[in-house]
Amino acid sequence: MKMSGAQILIECLKREGVEVMFGYPGGAVLPIFDRLYDSDIHFILTRHEQAAAHAADGYARATGKVGVCIATSGPGATNLTTGIATAYMDSIPLVAITGQVKTFLIGNDAFQEADITGVTRPITKYNYLVKDIKELARIIREAFHLASTGRPGPVLVDIPVDIQQQSREFIWPEEVNIRGYKPTYFGHPGQIKKAVKLIVESKRPLIYAGGGVITSGAHQELKSLAEKIQAPVTTTLMGLGGFSVLHPLSLGMLGMHGTVYANLAVQNADLIIAIGARFDDRVTGRLDAFAPYAKIIHIDIDPSSISKNVKVDVPIVGDARNILGQILEELVERKKISDTKDWLKTIYEWKRKHPLKYEDKGRIKPQYVVEQIYEITKGEAIITTEVGQNQMWAAQWYKFSQPRTFLSSGGLGTMGYGFPAAIGAKVGCPDRIVFDIAGDGSIQMNIQELATCVCNKINVKVAILNNGYLGMVRQWQELFYKKRYAHTCLYNPDFVKLAESYGAVGIRVTKKEEVRPSIEKALQIDNTVFIDFHIEPEENVFPMVPAGEAIDRMIGGMA
Amino acid sequence: MKHTISVLVENKPGVLARISGLFSARGFNIDSLAVGETEDPTVSRMTIVVDASDERVLEQIIKQLRKLIDTISVVDLTKKEFIHRELALVKINYTKENKSKVNHLLNRFKAGIMELERDTAILEICAESEKVKEFLQEVRQFGLKELMRTGRIAMAK
Repeated sequence: MKMSGAQILIECLKREGVEVMFGYPGGAVLPIFDRLYDSDIHFILTRHEQAAAHAADGYARATGKVGVCIATSGPGATNLTTGIATAYMDSIPLVAITGQVKTFLIGNDAFQEADITGVTRPITKYNYLVKDIKELARIIREAFHLASTGRPGPVLVDIPVDIQQQSREFIWPEEVNIRGYKPTYFGHPGQIKKAVKLIVESKRPLIYAGGGVITSGAHQELKSLAEKIQAPVTTTLMGLGGFSVLHPLSLGMLGMHGTVYANLAVQNADLIIAIGARFDDRVTGRLDAFAPYAKIIHIDIDPSSISKNVKVDVPIVGDARNILGQILEELVERKKISDTKDWLKTIYEWKRKHPLKYEDKGRIKPQYVVEQIYEITKGEAIITTEVGQNQMWAAQWYKFSQPRTFLSSGGLGTMGYGFPAAIGAKVGCPDRIVFDIAGDGSIQMNIQELATCVCNKINVKVAILNNGYLGMVRQWQELFYKKRYAHTCLYNPDFVKLAESYGAVGIRVTKKEEVRPSIEKALQIDNTVFIDFHIEPEENVFPMVPAGEAIDRMIGGMA
Repeated sequence: MKHTISVLVENKPGVLARISGLFSARGFNIDSLAVGETEDPTVSRMTIVVDASDERVLEQIIKQLRKLIDTISVVDLTKKEFIHRELALVKINYTKENKSKVNHLLNRFKAGIMELERDTAILEICAESEKVKEFLQEVRQFGLKELMRTGRIAMAK
């Protein structure tokens, strides 16, 4: 059957199982939008293309499916880029569709033309400019395949408007075959044996788990491994939820704002088992002082992540879930596994001596707010965050116990991510409570999405930890720039009135005793709610490793 | 240390940009890069010469190259036996005074004259990079007006 390019696109999306799209129309995608009008794909109109990309990303993180966003050529496409880069840094499966000027105008500086494949080359896993309608179906098929397999990531497909209009026989490519792309999914048996040898001999093992555990769905296997070898587990920011913080073997998060005991464990371990983590600088601190006594096993699906920052003793390339399964199988054969009792005793001692803490007096403490959100939602909410102090407080004080419940821009550190990501998460998981833990700075970066929430009846809750500052930058200025608060003090709108003007609900909270009732009330309301918590303005995130220091040289929390 | 890396890639637009973008984004230096079609017209071969004193940097370069979707295979030829050639074209002064000296040099390096016009000659040398370099050193004495080098191409034995 003959179909237009736009029809072919929609047909391909349906066959890829796309139920939801986030986006914004414009001149160069009109034929596609005309087709969407009749399609049963649920389309969410955001109020900014950046938010469409973040919403698709939040949808992908919460559901594990590929997120899809669409924008027009030129400014529509360039507005997507922050969202694409965010997804790229955190390995999130995303397909971004952009309109492009007519093929014969490409390169002519036409109206609303941007070389978006050129622009996004370094921030996509792959991208395509469709130059021939014959290739469209294959490209869409490949785009979804690339986005969702191997190390996932965003793929952009740029479709000129004349290709959308042309018609052509629709042929669905049953198979995808990209000769340069053959990800490795199972660990090399020899490497598994080597790893197991190190594991059974280790007296002070530590599992360091990252976002790869969430992506591959390896949380069960991770739990089994930790329990089997009695190794403590620390996760990265991206790994939160991959191993329950409530588990006795959990050390919470490591790194710059990690727990003291997690960082001490890294510095004293004789073996680190890194699973789907990439030794980011926010995790390692000063590289040459990182894990001085440890041999390192590194499990990752991306070979280029291995030995990039630290030297690895046993690299294993493949999918985390498969490899943990292989290791567990191999461990069954081994009768003798080293006793880690003394190590765990030391760790429990550190945990007792250096717990996460804050002084709960004076004005509302942000940590208290996060704790109350945790308690009231019984730890079952999907939490999104913005970036900065709000993100770290959420990471430290919400006790994550399930995968895909902590959605945060880890790699790129994108302010303005949390609110649209919450929208995407809520659309993907309508039965879950979705809470964006925000700052007063970050929330204003995509605050226009209040309209998206209200129009589409997307019920998300936003806790604004309002300190009147760009808090994390202010904290650095306080600690390292002699309290010279250059441009970090904010003049803010009345968030309650602002929410109300969009048709959402606003609640202002200035006293500690109002914190719990306000959260409870917000959860009762079948609408998007902004809770504006006026918190202690100069509260800091502790503990903290100053940039460039060894990770056991922490400020705060050691006393 | 210089490494000669042979990369098979899809022969389609944007691939060169991806490769060069990878090098610039990650701060790797390219000494030379030569591209051409292979026996299979859908595939191009690139010979990339990089200066990587650190083994880890080299490992990253190779892994990052392999990670590109359009890359079919990557081989570090430096670890194998391979032959390599580079072509250079040089425009020099070619006069009655230096003629015999130039001819002598051409014989020594198995180089030739491609074009001759009045007092100017375009010379061609095709040899291993070190040899080309040596030749260019010598040829400078004749007043080097213009120089063009292809960069190394290489093939495993």
